[in-house]
Amino acid sequence: MIPEVFAGGNSVIHSIDPRIKVVSALVYSLVIALSNSFIILLSALAISVALVMAAQLDTREVLKRLTVLWGFILLIWMLVPLTYPGATLFRIGPLGFSSPGVFLAAQISLKSTAILLSLMALLATMSIAAMGHALGCLGIPDKLVHLLLITYRYVFVMEQEYQRLIRAMKIRGFKPGTNLHSYQSYAYLVGMLFVHASARADRVSKAMKCRGFTGRFHSLRQFEPDPRNRLFTVFMVFIIILLATVEVWIQTIHS
Amino acid sequence: MVFLIPELSKFFRIDMHISEGVLNAPVLISGAALAIAGTAIGLKQMDYDRVAHVGVLSAAFFVASLIHVNVGPSSAHLVLNGMLGLLLGWTAFPAILVALILQSIFFQFGGITTLGVNTILMALPAVICYYAFRKLIHRSPMLAMMGSFACGFVSVLLSALLLGLALVFTEKNFWSLSGLIVAANLPVMIIEGIITVFCVAFLKKVHPEMLNQEIS
Repeated sequence: MIPEVFAGGNSVIHSIDPRIKVVSALVYSLVIALSNSFIILLSALAISVALVMAAQLDTREVLKRLTVLWGFILLIWMLVPLTYPGATLFRIGPLGFSSPGVFLAAQISLKSTAILLSLMALLATMSIAAMGHALGCLGIPDKLVHLLLITYRYVFVMEQEYQRLIRAMKIRGFKPGTNLHSYQSYAYLVGMLFVHASARADRVSKAMKCRGFTGRFHSLRQFEPDPRNRLFTVFMVFIIILLATVEVWIQTIHS
Repeated sequence: MVFLIPELSKFFRIDMHISEGVLNAPVLISGAALAIAGTAIGLKQMDYDRVAHVGVLSAAFFVASLIHVNVGPSSAHLVLNGMLGLLLGWTAFPAILVALILQSIFFQFGGITTLGVNTILMALPAVICYYAFRKLIHRSPMLAMMGSFACGFVSVLLSALLLGLALVFTEKNFWSLSGLIVAANLPVMIIEGIITVFCVAFLKKVHPEMLNQEIS
């Protein structure tokens, strides 16, 4: 149920220092989210596709995630051009599609696809443990990093717990439907999940204290100096500055 | 338009996410700033002894929000932010933030630029419901039932309203879209209300200490 499909791999992107990937993913997607001109958005899309290819991700998995997004985008295309006021671009029967609406929907589609692809290439290609460590190095408060790591650790345990409970319900003949009984059963299931979580948290916390937990996780992974890191940083900085400057330049021309 | 509502709600229901690339800079930045403030308060109230507790509950919340329940021919995800608010108070902020980070890594729902806004959408209603209903759920059975229904209902309603607000602040022509989103989530609000009633009653019987914690 909970996959971590892109984390393993030995492409160039997988071997880059997680800290560099986190920062560049953040800045890169911010630049895309704030850009509006189509030239920039199209080039960002091309760069994101190139990043995904460089990371050698499983094409089918990538497409699977994109379909979820495109379902949302399809809705935007059905709603925004119809509800957005402005000059009508074309009509299908009684429905008029306004040109600023079509324009906006196209922008949203390009932006979100480009950002999603870059996230898959840059963020999903590291383990959460590596990411937690990277976030810690980048000045995110320790407590938040611990919370992230513990949550990650227990998501899988809680999922097994959930599977166990739902199996027990099914064995007892539970058939979900739209009725009060179903909702009650689900509510008890959720309640039980929380109760088990709380009991487990108590044990975990005691066990951690017994082992001398002082508020620090030590990562065994060392970030080794690698010339590819520097190369990748230069590449990303170049791309980001290029996109941002051209975007600002185009916007000043238009205004 | 009506035929779109079930489909529409399916996409906006996925834990009340806003997708990347929709919002403008002021909304993204104010969302991030508010989320940082809320998370800072939450972290301050969570000492190291409670990190494990909040983490495991946050994991349970993550898993529980993947549960589908049937709504007529369609189905809905549980949101459960009201419930989490009752259990965690302000600490719901870091718990939800972390759950959203994991979701964006595992499933690429939401993203990084929208992380702040999405945290606010989920966590602010959780905290509001905590203050509004934490006392009421310990009153007489009838009041407790109404209180917990309202907690589930209002938390989703507020999330949907905040989502609509974020869209309208981005683009004032998104009014009708925002209205549709709030309308589409009405069934989810009712289901969350019902689920919260049973869940609170269950916890009061099985593990009442979980609801009694005075966190702030």
